Amino acid sequence: MDKFTVLTGVAAALPMVNIDTDMIMPKQFLKTIKRTGLGTAAFFDMRYDESEAERPEFILNQAPYRQSKILLAGRNFGCGSSREHAPWGLLDFGFRCMIAPSFADIFYNNCFKNGILCVTLPEEQVEALTAQADGSDFTVDLDKLEITAPDGSVTTFELDPTRRHNMLNGLDDIALTLEHLDKIKTFEAKQQAEQPWLYT
Amino acid sequence: MAQPRTLYDKLWDSHAVHQDAGGGTLIYIDLHLTHEVTTPQAYEGLRLANRRMHRTDKTIAVPDHNVPSTPDRMEKIEDPESRLQLETLKTNSEDFGVEYIPMDDIRQGIVHIIGPEQGLTQPGKTIVCGDSHTATHGAFGALAFGIGTSDVEHTLATQTLSMQKSKNMLVRVDGKLPVGTTSKDLILAIIGRIGTAGGTGHVIEYQGEAFTSLSMEGRMTVCNMTIEGGARAGLIAPDEKTFEYLKGKPRSPKSNAWEAAVAFWKTLKTDDDAKFDKEVIIKAEDIIPHVTWGTSPEDVLPITASVPNPNGMTDPNKKSGTERSLKYMGLEADTPLDGIPVDKVFIGSCTNGRIEDLRAAASVIKGHKVADTVQMLVVPGSGLVKYQAEEEGLDEIFLAAGAEWREPSCSMCLGMNPDILQPGERCASTSNRNFEGRQGRGGRTHLLSPEMAAAAAVTGHLTDVRKVVSQ
Repeated sequence: MDKFTVLTGVAAALPMVNIDTDMIMPKQFLKTIKRTGLGTAAFFDMRYDESEAERPEFILNQAPYRQSKILLAGRNFGCGSSREHAPWGLLDFGFRCMIAPSFADIFYNNCFKNGILCVTLPEEQVEALTAQADGSDFTVDLDKLEITAPDGSVTTFELDPTRRHNMLNGLDDIALTLEHLDKIKTFEAKQQAEQPWLYT
Repeated sequence: MAQPRTLYDKLWDSHAVHQDAGGGTLIYIDLHLTHEVTTPQAYEGLRLANRRMHRTDKTIAVPDHNVPSTPDRMEKIEDPESRLQLETLKTNSEDFGVEYIPMDDIRQGIVHIIGPEQGLTQPGKTIVCGDSHTATHGAFGALAFGIGTSDVEHTLATQTLSMQKSKNMLVRVDGKLPVGTTSKDLILAIIGRIGTAGGTGHVIEYQGEAFTSLSMEGRMTVCNMTIEGGARAGLIAPDEKTFEYLKGKPRSPKSNAWEAAVAFWKTLKTDDDAKFDKEVIIKAEDIIPHVTWGTSPEDVLPITASVPNPNGMTDPNKKSGTERSLKYMGLEADTPLDGIPVDKVFIGSCTNGRIEDLRAAASVIKGHKVADTVQMLVVPGSGLVKYQAEEEGLDEIFLAAGAEWREPSCSMCLGMNPDILQPGERCASTSNRNFEGRQGRGGRTHLLSPEMAAAAAVTGHLTDVRKVVSQ
């Protein structure tokens, strides 16, 4: 996973509630056996018409939002399916940070596994940032837990310390867990003694 | 005195391997269900990092999402991408040594149907799968939740997951459901009440007579759609019905182990004085058959209601959301739900593709004909469900009514196989999501119970099943 320290870039606003992962990445793109190449498919039905031509009114089809790195959305962002193809598509498009009043649990976790920072802020703060999303740059500083808007105003946010540490250092979750392999084996031995039917 | 604990607390504590300084816990995983869609990149990750699986005996693989529901599926699968994904699951399972149930095996079916059917799903287990409807298995008092592909890879490599503990939420429904109201109506009513983010950050435990009086199939329908209420996992404490269901299943504990397992399973319940962070209490007697009208599972109403009117809604998010939903769904505000014509009826999915669901739909449709304007698909959740239904003659009831009797698959729930809606088509569906484009681009989904779906097939429109049955 790539490190995440300071991100500067354009923020696009999709001020809708309950944007689900079917909307972010429709089913026909789940048949891939690769993680890459899904950027063109992100928000497919909103982004393209029936003949697969771009809809000019959709924000991600407009300059400078084509180069967006930050997405501002409504509450319960990423609800529905566990498909990691949704964050893969967002990442491939160029997004590294999502900001919303709330996220669905599985999507939230999937984003962090792919180096996408999800920032949860109160609804009025998301709206205030959305009001400034005019194509100018925002800066998200994970070390300081701060978002600097184009007008220079600073919004602070909270994040679980483990996630922050792992992202700042670009750590590999599996390698971290395998450091505890002895404990996993000890757990298995104890569980097998107590609940032998789990090991048949 | 030890602190009183919820069932979730107990399942969490008994699977904690290690706690890190940042508050994360390494949780041991007892069962890993895998299918073709969310695993290829996980195995690729293992290969790239030159890693092996920690162990292979707690993982099982079965193809379901891409599998065609037509009888010719063993001869050919038209879509090359679907074919490659299915072949990749087989190859990866063989290469890494994971038990694989092939497409031509009678046990093949939707991953969440076969876990319980084989007795792999058991009380007290932690169960994961790269699929959000893993919540289904909570019906057995197992801590079961959906994960993304990175966590599939993590589970393959370590048999654990690094997690933050969720909060405890109680949904208690007192009393018995009225005649004509099903487990599907119950969970739809709950989602309508709490909203699709109502359970976010929580594990829901369902308590009350409305749940204990349900069959295991009904409990699975409830827990399955817990994710639609935003909670990753739903739980129902195991009881005699749970033990009865599991007894004699192929992978259930045998002989002496069975007695020991049941004795342990009986301890799996919330302590009397345990505290929940959030509680919702509902009366069962007030719940009648429900149907969704919009593009989120929380857009749900009793069948006797009308399509909501956005005019007069004060919350701007709700108003704009409703307007968008109605436009997508092609519905006018204030239209009675009873009477909205449908083009397709789908009975199946991990929500309602079990034998009891097929029996329920057949009991409504028996002696009737599917309306001329409607195509009806009945897709059993597994080969064993299909076999059982045919033993009982349910297939003949459906075929005599003019419905199509298909092979086990996820099918039209999400349309990864050829079963999809065309733009503008309206479907009465026993599945779990009515999102825009879920069943096919431009397709319009109304979620309901198998009984309500059968009633819609007969009349050609959404209707109150209680009227059809009383005729």
